[in-house]
Amino acid sequence: MTQTSIAEAIQSAHREIMRDDERVILLGEDVEAGGVFRITNGLLDEFGPHRVFDTPLSEAGFTGAAIGAAIGGMRPIVEIQFVDFILPALNQLISEAAKMRYRSLGTWTVPLVVRAPYGGGVHGGLYHSQSMEALFAHVPGLKVVMPATPTDAQALLHSAVQDPDPVIFLEHKRSYRLIREEIPEPLPSVAIGQAALRRDGQDIAIIATGLALHHSLAAAQQLQAESIDCLVLDLRTVLPLDKPAILNAARHTGKVLIVHEDHLTGGIGGEVAAIIAAEAFEHLDAPIQRLAGPDVPAMGYHPALEQAFLPNPDTIAQAARSLAAY
Amino acid sequence: MTTAQQPQPPTASTGPARTEHADETHSSPGLTNEELIRRWYQMVLARKIGERWFVLNRQGKAPFVITGQGHEATQVGTVAALSAGKDWVVPYYRDLGVALALGMTPSELMLNVFAKADDPNSGGRQMPAHWSHKRLRMVSGSSVVGTQLPIAAGLAWAAKLQGHDAVAVTYLGEGSTNQGEFHEGLNFAAVQRLPLVVVVENNGYAITEIQTKEMAITDVADRAQAYGVRGAVVDGNDLIEVHRAMQIAVQAARRGHGPTLLEAKTYRTVPHSSDDDDRRYRTREELDLWRARDPIDRLRKHLLEARILTSEQADELIAKATEELRGAEAFAAAAPDPDPTSLATHLYADSTTLPTSSPP
Repeated sequence: MTQTSIAEAIQSAHREIMRDDERVILLGEDVEAGGVFRITNGLLDEFGPHRVFDTPLSEAGFTGAAIGAAIGGMRPIVEIQFVDFILPALNQLISEAAKMRYRSLGTWTVPLVVRAPYGGGVHGGLYHSQSMEALFAHVPGLKVVMPATPTDAQALLHSAVQDPDPVIFLEHKRSYRLIREEIPEPLPSVAIGQAALRRDGQDIAIIATGLALHHSLAAAQQLQAESIDCLVLDLRTVLPLDKPAILNAARHTGKVLIVHEDHLTGGIGGEVAAIIAAEAFEHLDAPIQRLAGPDVPAMGYHPALEQAFLPNPDTIAQAARSLAAY
Repeated sequence: MTTAQQPQPPTASTGPARTEHADETHSSPGLTNEELIRRWYQMVLARKIGERWFVLNRQGKAPFVITGQGHEATQVGTVAALSAGKDWVVPYYRDLGVALALGMTPSELMLNVFAKADDPNSGGRQMPAHWSHKRLRMVSGSSVVGTQLPIAAGLAWAAKLQGHDAVAVTYLGEGSTNQGEFHEGLNFAAVQRLPLVVVVENNGYAITEIQTKEMAITDVADRAQAYGVRGAVVDGNDLIEVHRAMQIAVQAARRGHGPTLLEAKTYRTVPHSSDDDDRRYRTREELDLWRARDPIDRLRKHLLEARILTSEQADELIAKATEELRGAEAFAAAAPDPDPTSLATHLYADSTTLPTSSPP
């Protein structure tokens, strides 16, 4: 059986999407040569220079141009080299793309996908390791997905390109080649806004995203031996959040641990906790806990500094143990 | 009083080498006599609507207005070189005259100032003068300046990729040309050789800041050289000259020769907006100097001298504009206001139905 990596799954999705829909164009820095993570390898050869475009090193410029192209009837996929470099394009994404449908009463719409690698564990230092989902999750008008598995990455890219609104598609870069699985045929459909129950359990609900999801599953495995039975919920989309799935997980277990790599304050975990506190309070047996990156600007370059920042199966298991003992 | 220490008021450029000079006959190909009369009428009507907007603001009937009196020749003259409904247009908040000349009706303009539910621009969501119109292919802009340039480049890109011969035109003030997105968008359009025309309405002021505080160059069009695109400077108060320069730029774009940065030197004879008092930063003498170059008076004079229009006919058209405005205002004032319960509509295509997953 073929084990497909997340990187391969995203590349396959590009091929399928671009074969299916001639309106889809791909643009970004170095994408003609395959991009720094080799996700777009071979796409120029298959689809030619009228579908695949290297851009100037100019995030605001090419993201804005993609917004205009989307309004004009194309279906652009923008690759941002690292999410850390997306900030110059925030004006375009927040002031323009997110508000275009709203401010024109639906006259003009922006069917745009912006893909960006995020997350640490690759010795990326302060500016090649950040997580920025919370920044975008605060912007009504955008959708924000962060698939954690190869199947979801492939399926959600299809959903993102088909979506009539702008989608920020976040890819955990450490997971690109680390996480592999057999992708079912035919590829299942995964709707934006749907969380996935990765493991059922009775004692604690661990709610996670991205690579932290896999660390959470590893922690749950450890805890099984200690008779702590963990449910693990993969958010998959952080805007819009899958409120019913979050509330069901909280009601089912009565104890909730939210795990993300992004730092704690203002992170998406706070929003998840607020939803549970507001709507499932009477089902809770313990205070909602969050395990996240520390509130420092970003993770350091040295491996010791990097590991000190990142959640891992042991820190997650420890947090779950404390919660189980409450 | 202008003193030697004060920055000099902006003047219509005598022009660098690239300037399109008037020819002896003072005409522009494609501008028939009938078309000249029609465009002059649009300038008159745009002026009257802008003036009326300010009155409505002072009467407490419009919390905020922003207009472009003085810019009419630039706005109407550039639109006269476009194919309305085919070419993409991304204006900015100064462009009441662009909207009107493209085909937005006086009634729609008055719905806009009253922020009515049926305003085609935004239905009361945006401040007035944030233009958007589906049939006119006029794409909504924000209040953030400079962002429209990459978007217009993208519209031009889509047209090119689709094999259409539509061009994209965007408008901005000279102050906005200091934004990074102006430069990034122009560079992108240049690299991809896109059918884009960037019209800079240089009125010499970014709200209160005179041009010498905005940039160290005289002609914004010089910025074109940095990106390998054509730059042109035109007297923005002369509709015929504006049309000629714009037509050259639009034809170049349509024929695949890439973008043009067209700078029209003009002046706004009103404050930046209803919340601005321009007496803080410019003299009445300077204003008088520019009123003497009024674009509407100039075209009227030409029309009379060339015997295209009689003085009586001109007066009739002015009376007609007044009448048209009056009817539009009465219609718009009586139109329904936005429904507060509509606050969340048009957020997403599927905004009413968020997907859910099954319980564990």
